Amino acid sequence: MTRSRFGALALLREALRGHRGWQPFWRHPEPKRHYDVVVIGGGGHGLATAYYLARNHGIRHVAVIEKGWLGGGNSGRNTQVCRSNYFHLASGRLYERSLQLYEGLTRELNLNVMLSQRGVLNVAYGRHELEHMRRWFNAIRMNGIDSEFVGPEEIRRLAPLLDPGARFPPLGGFIQHRAGVSRHDAVNWGYARGADALGVDLVQDCTVTGFERDGERVTGVQTSRGTIAAGAVALCAAGHASEIARLAGLRLPLVSMPLQAMVSEPVQPVLDTLVFSPSVHSYISQSERGELVIGGGCDLYPSYAQRGGVASLAETVRAVVQLFPRLSRLRLMRQWAGIVDISPDTSPILGPTPIDGLYLNAGWGTGGYKAIPVGGETMAWTIANGRAHELIVPFGLERFERGALIDEGAAAGVAH
Amino acid sequence: MQRIPCPWCGVRDEVEFHCGGEADLHWPGDEGSDAALAQYLYVRTNRKGVQDERWRHLYGCGRWFLLARSTIDHRVLASWPPGAERPLLDEGAP
Repeated sequence: MTRSRFGALALLREALRGHRGWQPFWRHPEPKRHYDVVVIGGGGHGLATAYYLARNHGIRHVAVIEKGWLGGGNSGRNTQVCRSNYFHLASGRLYERSLQLYEGLTRELNLNVMLSQRGVLNVAYGRHELEHMRRWFNAIRMNGIDSEFVGPEEIRRLAPLLDPGARFPPLGGFIQHRAGVSRHDAVNWGYARGADALGVDLVQDCTVTGFERDGERVTGVQTSRGTIAAGAVALCAAGHASEIARLAGLRLPLVSMPLQAMVSEPVQPVLDTLVFSPSVHSYISQSERGELVIGGGCDLYPSYAQRGGVASLAETVRAVVQLFPRLSRLRLMRQWAGIVDISPDTSPILGPTPIDGLYLNAGWGTGGYKAIPVGGETMAWTIANGRAHELIVPFGLERFERGALIDEGAAAGVAH
Repeated sequence: MQRIPCPWCGVRDEVEFHCGGEADLHWPGDEGSDAALAQYLYVRTNRKGVQDERWRHLYGCGRWFLLARSTIDHRVLASWPPGAERPLLDEGAP
């Protein structure tokens, strides 16, 4: 199937005949009246869930229904960072599994996701921040994940752009060398193509308007393209999770906020690693095209406007110029925002819900991209087995009643 | 830049304010169940449309107030002091 369709011979053949023979990556089927599983949301997590349902569990009678277009939400709006340098063990295990899946993803999907393990460097500018980072770094090592504590000299070597002559240079920090960036469109399209090839129906331009219920059980979804019966429904809708869950009578511990990102004009290579500073809450990397990719914190009010406000934009740019004074005259080319679903502990909410047949993958907040492979893999396992996968047991919706929060926001010292 | 009307100081830029999240949260009392407490502390309506929120004029008079605001287009419908009657609003399409 896909393997031969995109091999060297196919490339050569198409090069010789003007690239007129390429086929679309996936079909555009009309939704059927019944599926074993309906996945709501055609972003990375939804597509990966469908892919692993078919690939790992042989459940191929699956539909992904998407209101807009595949990968058009946060999956295509993020800054492409993959890392597992989390404080708490439960998070470390989850994100480390995801990073390992990313490391094999190009081969798995037969599409180059351009994983570049260039390292993620966290830098500290104050004594207290440095102590905080040492604790964080030790926790990562205790979680069994690679991390290296670095001093000012090493930081200068890793990221010379961090002004060595600055009045307040970084005091130290830590780096996860295996962390990095990948190509988000390739990840979305790879999972979509893979799922389609295994028989999954990808239905775009299809809005969920309600749920079919039989007592306490969800038995299907009502959509703008008719009612679809389903043995199980997976809700993977990120910023719109609350709105869709409400249709099933479920309220969630989530607040939707805009998270912005931006890229500069392209310049010569100046930055090898990704640099993150919690104290000014901004991070930056350089893309293969030479653009500097910049991210910061959320706009701190509830909003579904996929634009982002100028106040938060100005704050992020100010932070970048503080970190890298030499970038002060660089022009921004593009700015955009995605609507992220922030949970109270900034950790995801995963697994079964109080409503039978309804499964939840939400609350990734500002960090969902890095978790696409593990989000899909564990959600597929959970649906196939009717109980939460071992890695996501700590991330259940019921943790808020038990007070068993996994507070990565506090651990990182930023709204995360 | 959003322009937020403080009931005491008038309309100011959003950077003077801190958003305290949605209003209409009710303390379940000391005897409230774990589930009721979780509802109060964590669970939110998170409405796409007009919702009532608590804001504080942090870099101004420092006082809390209520604000009816659309989470779709950031349109502000009204603001009023805590304890005051919520104004009757023509919320239009959500």
